[in-house]
Amino acid sequence: MELILTLDPAVVEITVRSLLIAVASTAIATTIAVPAGGLLHFHNFWGKRAIINIIQTLYSLPTVTVGLLVFLLLSRSGPLGGFGLLFTPGGMVVGQTILIVPIMTGLTIAALSGITDQVRDSAISLGASKRQAIFTIMVEARAAMMAAVLLGFGRALSEVGVAMMIGGNIQGYTRVLTTAIALETSRGDIEFSMALGIILVSISLIVNLLVNRVQGRWWT
Amino acid sequence: MIEARGVRAIRGGREVLKGVSLEAKAGEALAIIGPTGSGKTTLLRILNLLDPPSGGRVLFDGADVSVGERARFLARRRMAMVFQKPSLFNTTVEKNVSYGLRVRGVSGTEIAGKVAGALREVGLAGYENRRPSSLSGGEAQRVALARALVTEPDLLLLDEATANLDPRTAEAIEDLISRVRDGGITVVMATHDLDQARELADRVAVLMGGEVAGMGTVEEIFDRPGSEEVARFVRRRQRPLHG
Repeated sequence: MELILTLDPAVVEITVRSLLIAVASTAIATTIAVPAGGLLHFHNFWGKRAIINIIQTLYSLPTVTVGLLVFLLLSRSGPLGGFGLLFTPGGMVVGQTILIVPIMTGLTIAALSGITDQVRDSAISLGASKRQAIFTIMVEARAAMMAAVLLGFGRALSEVGVAMMIGGNIQGYTRVLTTAIALETSRGDIEFSMALGIILVSISLIVNLLVNRVQGRWWT
Repeated sequence: MIEARGVRAIRGGREVLKGVSLEAKAGEALAIIGPTGSGKTTLLRILNLLDPPSGGRVLFDGADVSVGERARFLARRRMAMVFQKPSLFNTTVEKNVSYGLRVRGVSGTEIAGKVAGALREVGLAGYENRRPSSLSGGEAQRVALARALVTEPDLLLLDEATANLDPRTAEAIEDLISRVRDGGITVVMATHDLDQARELADRVAVLMGGEVAGMGTVEEIFDRPGSEEVARFVRRRQRPLHG
């Protein structure tokens, strides 16, 4: 606790980096997952069911598998090796984005499916164009879509496989809360690990409370 | 104003409408009555251009609007429909009522005045900031009506708009519909309440088994039904009310 209360520089640095990487991953994933979820929900085309099944399967994709895949993509001999992203925070953002896009897309589809056809009918009947009706449905699903974004953020913040394999856990550069906890525990520095663990849980709690508050304002 | 010509509808492999032809002339109130499952809601949804017919045509002001997305959209902007369930958007009453104006790009200052007027009209002045969850069923239906009327439609479609309401609230909504009709807006209402049809409509269409079994003025349908089938339906429905 002392490490947290005294704002230990190492703890603060790791925490800030973790937050920045998770926020960046979630922001990029949101710009992919929300339109993709909307596209899959609002349009009917051949193979749609198969795509949704694949997305749902990817929910439980082990983080180390994503780590391996992204490692192969970003390694010097890989197709994206020229960008020099391996063992950088940028590479970690790419990996975490790939990790959370499926679950955020799936939850976006679920959120939109939760809105009844009556909302669409009301919008169209009141003179909305197809695009305006889609926007209205998305606004109606805002609380569930916010939950999808939150879940994506939580998964990005708490995952360890991608962070370790793509970031490399380099001190002062790619070390984040989860990789630092793994390292310090193996080194026997339980006090430091506990401090980081408490921060990790606290961040999740704070984000949850904030979202509940926003949803409460919207829904009641 | 609006006309169905040989409209057919197949839903879930069943032929719900079997070549329905009827017309509501500008400024008149047409009631569509019939037993549950006779196709009233399906017909109203087709007239509102929400669903395409499986066959036949829908004419709005003489123009075929059954095909062509643009024609359907433009025609739809001249009508509004109130459903059996109000299904208000999960936002304030003000935002609900202003929806139709906002999607039409009406300016903010104009919207405020029109919303206040529409809410006054339905007896809900001061309800602007209330949320649907805090409204009674009758209040929600009145918001739905205000939301439809604020766009000043030429045609108002009502699908069992008072079906889930207590008699007193239903009467208040009927008064509103009556004022709308007197204001010159064409009204097409689906109802199973024959007293309501008798009181509010100029003409009545009886829909049975997906077909128009009878069509005429209120007096013709209720006092001089043209067929035994219509006579039986009208008598059976009215007996509990008068007997």
